Amino acid sequence: MAGTIVTRLLTSLLVVAGSSMLVFLIMYVLPGDPVLQMLDGNATSPEAIADLRHQLGLDQPFYEQFSRYFIHLLQGDFGHSRITQDPVLPKILEQVPATLALTFVSAAVSIVVGILLGVLSAIHRNGIIDVLARFVGLFGISMPSFWTGILLLLLFSIKLGWFPAMGSGSWKTLVLPGIALGLVGAGFIVRMVRNTMLEIISEPFILTLRAKGLAERAVMYRHALRNSLIPALTMIGVMIGELLSGTVVIETVFARQGIGRILADAIMAKDIPVVQGVVFFTAIIYVSVNVLVDISYSLVDPRIRRST
Amino acid sequence: MKDATALKPLWKSERKRPARSWHLGASDLFLYAAELVVLFLIVCAIVPGWVAPYSPTMMDAAQLLQPPSVKHLLGTDYFGRDVFSLIVYGSRDSLLIGLASVIVGGLTGGILGAFSGYIGGWIDQVIMRIIEVLMTIPGILLALAIAAAIGPSLINVVLAIAAGTIPRYARVMRSQVLSVKNRAFVTASRSIGSTGFRIFRKHVLPNSLAPFLVMATIGIGTSILTGSGLSFLGLGVIKEIPDWGTVLAQGRGYLTVAWWICTFPGLAIALFVLAINIIGDRLRDKLDPRKSGA
Repeated sequence: MAGTIVTRLLTSLLVVAGSSMLVFLIMYVLPGDPVLQMLDGNATSPEAIADLRHQLGLDQPFYEQFSRYFIHLLQGDFGHSRITQDPVLPKILEQVPATLALTFVSAAVSIVVGILLGVLSAIHRNGIIDVLARFVGLFGISMPSFWTGILLLLLFSIKLGWFPAMGSGSWKTLVLPGIALGLVGAGFIVRMVRNTMLEIISEPFILTLRAKGLAERAVMYRHALRNSLIPALTMIGVMIGELLSGTVVIETVFARQGIGRILADAIMAKDIPVVQGVVFFTAIIYVSVNVLVDISYSLVDPRIRRST
Repeated sequence: MKDATALKPLWKSERKRPARSWHLGASDLFLYAAELVVLFLIVCAIVPGWVAPYSPTMMDAAQLLQPPSVKHLLGTDYFGRDVFSLIVYGSRDSLLIGLASVIVGGLTGGILGAFSGYIGGWIDQVIMRIIEVLMTIPGILLALAIAAAIGPSLINVVLAIAAGTIPRYARVMRSQVLSVKNRAFVTASRSIGSTGFRIFRKHVLPNSLAPFLVMATIGIGTSILTGSGLSFLGLGVIKEIPDWGTVLAQGRGYLTVAWWICTFPGLAIALFVLAINIIGDRLRDKLDPRKSGA
């Protein structure tokens, strides 16, 4: 057990190192001269351009640029913004709480709505709840989150005035963005849980439980539900990544603070080190969450614990 | 002596063919509606001039921010452009981005996955590790980073979206190839002396394709969502005729005075993706009845 966890942690470190290389590679290989972009068409002498390129270390060969970038990463140095010259990591860390709060709220919405509707719809198949669940499932995965956000804004802040339209701070500002983003995840989880539940209900061990006279409620909640939560758990790990990246769009819609907002601004300003920093930071969070999910997976499911 | 039982079936279904009725199941209705939506938008994308009442570039200074009316079905925007016509003309780029990125991402991922699964060994190890690394960056972030670095154009947006979808196609294809390549009919084909490539082309590939096709169908919807997200953030294709995400983004500034500019392009995106998902679900039920859903 402990051995598996250690191996999992070590491989995920390698994966994170790999993704840092990928992020670096994307920015390195793709066309577009960062120096010319920084100067933004301002007429400068070729010497000044060469000077700036030397200052940024862009005149060195690839492996030197990468190893310098990588060593700096290990020291927690994500580089400096090309616009404001501020170090990137503190800038990200400053905005992390706002984004994590949004991710947390929307994950809660997805998980609660998703699992509740998914389970109830499988138990009461073809009933009203099932229709509702399939509706939420299909619409959740089909509606662009920024559009859902805009509709919620129109109804609840512009027409009804219940929630503030923008900004971040009080819990009220979290409600609409949380729902807009959470509905996407809810859609995926509803479909997943419903299908797994239906599949498990048709398995022989459920028939056995029913045959021995166990109350239907116990069959469903103690046996079918617990078995269908395991795939849902993996799904949640994957979903956190989607939610984290979804904040980029949602933070723009609701004019919230957050790392998504930094990314959107950096993209507009072509501030590549900041883009690299945010993408890599998200990758770290994503990998960590999935390691946690994997570990809890083996805690929840005795079969996995025994096989490893 | 004749054996009478041999001629007569032991049991025969007495149920007659159900009388043809006009009653349709709800799910069939949804499927037809979905097909109709997709067909309509494809017509819009190919010949927008047939459907749209106005030119998408026609700016009418006398008709700024008009609410939906008989004259302007879905209202007008800040430049006096007809929103319905914008949506009809915008369908071309939106649909093209969705379809092209599925083709690029699906082919790349599919070939990598099939290759990786069929050959196995260290090649498989290397490819799968690369895929794993690619997976650590959520699709839309990868698309954002790439689109930001190479700048907005139709091809760049397609490449940016496609890159993020490679892992899922590769993984589906690989796991399917892995499960098929050890089946009895593959062994049988090998035992009569078929070459590796022939076995792959004639047996492994056709039997591995179903889940991949379902995924690619649903992928059209997902790619359109990502694409409109990019446009919404201002990283889409900048052209005279905007795509759906761009129209929506432009309408955001007028949300308090003109709700229709944002609402209808978003509805177009949602309806199309919904239709694709309904068709994809049905395709999954047809091709792979065992694994419906998820």
